Amino acid sequence: MSQYWFAMAGIVRRELMRFVHQRERFVAALIRPLLWLVVFAAGFRAALGLSIIPPYQTYITYEVYIIPGLIGMIQLFNGMQSSLSMVYDQEMGSMRVLLTAPLPRWYLLLCKLVAGVMVSLLQITVFLLVANLAGIEFAYKGALQALPVLVLTGIMLGSLGLLIASVVKQLENFAGVMNFVIFPMFFLSSALYPIWKMRESSDLLATVCQWNPFSHAVEAIRFAFYGQFNSAAMILVLTCTIVFFLLACWSYNPARRFRAGKTAAA
Amino acid sequence: MPGMPAMANDALDIRNLCFRYGNTTALNDINVSISPGESVILLGPNGAGKTTLFSLICGLFAADSGSILIDGRSLLKRADALAPLGIVFQSQTLDLDLSVEQNLMYFCALQGLARKEARARIKTALQRMDLSKRANDKIRTLNGGHRRRVEIIRATLHAPRILLLDEPTVGLDIPTRTELIRYLHELPERHGCAVLWATHLTDEVHDTDRVLMLHNGELQLDGSLDQLRRSTNTSSIEGMMQHVISQ
Repeated sequence: MSQYWFAMAGIVRRELMRFVHQRERFVAALIRPLLWLVVFAAGFRAALGLSIIPPYQTYITYEVYIIPGLIGMIQLFNGMQSSLSMVYDQEMGSMRVLLTAPLPRWYLLLCKLVAGVMVSLLQITVFLLVANLAGIEFAYKGALQALPVLVLTGIMLGSLGLLIASVVKQLENFAGVMNFVIFPMFFLSSALYPIWKMRESSDLLATVCQWNPFSHAVEAIRFAFYGQFNSAAMILVLTCTIVFFLLACWSYNPARRFRAGKTAAA
Repeated sequence: MPGMPAMANDALDIRNLCFRYGNTTALNDINVSISPGESVILLGPNGAGKTTLFSLICGLFAADSGSILIDGRSLLKRADALAPLGIVFQSQTLDLDLSVEQNLMYFCALQGLARKEARARIKTALQRMDLSKRANDKIRTLNGGHRRRVEIIRATLHAPRILLLDEPTVGLDIPTRTELIRYLHELPERHGCAVLWATHLTDEVHDTDRVLMLHNGELQLDGSLDQLRRSTNTSSIEGMMQHVISQ
């Protein structure tokens, strides 16, 4: 078993080192949600009225509402960033070092996912610290209760990233991923506005939001911070995590990779 | 010990291996056994199937049919069959943003080596390859020759039973290449491991090497240089390659 542990620790350590070395990535990961929190929320605060909806027991400001969505955004972008680095690794060849390790492939991919989650937890911690310093009154004390949910949502979004990385063969194609995966997932969710608000303008869009796994990830995070368990959201997140992960394992199967027309660059 | 492969196992045993890219046959009925400590050069022109064969041996591709045993363990049945394998890929596979030591530590972790043990092995290997002073330098700052040396160190850190070298001297200047060829030929004796070295450069073959010649996905020749000279009626390796290509 120690071999499994050493591999997990090694892969997590490598991802953290890469993240720390890439200072621009760290700053960008922090600035993106903070911009939404400070600039976007300031503009929408007056325009968007929020009624009392679970898990909130009183009226809340818009900034408080979008914090779980921005935490989800950090995980979403981190998952995609990990998939971008997988594509980079595939192009640079370092992916082959991972895939030729003497461990089951599903375990190696799981290690990659856990490493990505650790990086996202680091980003979320710094984001919450800054939000707290900015005087936004959020349920910061619920962070510890939210940790297992954050791990699960991180693995779900990371698995999706893995799956995308197995399909996207070149870095140049990644702009398409931004346009067709990340932005629709983020905007068609409950991250920025509650789904009932969306229903006021379009039933169809509200239904799409309702079926978007990212909405459920955000809701699971939102409830967890307030010490509540959103079972419907958790079941959907868990199901999507399993499905995305199994598909990612399948896509990294050596026999399928060849049939997908991949070269030895792996 | 139960479950441990016997020492008499071939380092690599390939039986009836076939692989196709769509309708194109890349490898056809390849049969090769390599004994522990043996130095084998896999020669063939570009496109002969050398890299495909390596990708199959290290599990990046799955064979259409046939079997591959590494130190007696089947690649199909056990992920740990890759444990006795050291690999130097044709293209660079180091992480440019990490230091030499960090790259090597990462590899040791993947191989299940404890950090203390890994550090000791890395220190010794870096000293042997005259790279101790560059241990904390990022790979990005190293020249091609040094990067290659780091990759060779990495491939031998876990004391593999067989080392795969896929055109390891490509892109190096002449002095670095000469030195590397000499070093790589010493590996079987130094580490006690077998070496399978793919190349299309005939000057990399030594008289003591066993030579495999691959062309159009088929193993055309297999033997010592003396045996091949006799069977092809040619004295030079270039002549042998020409003989195979013209057949």
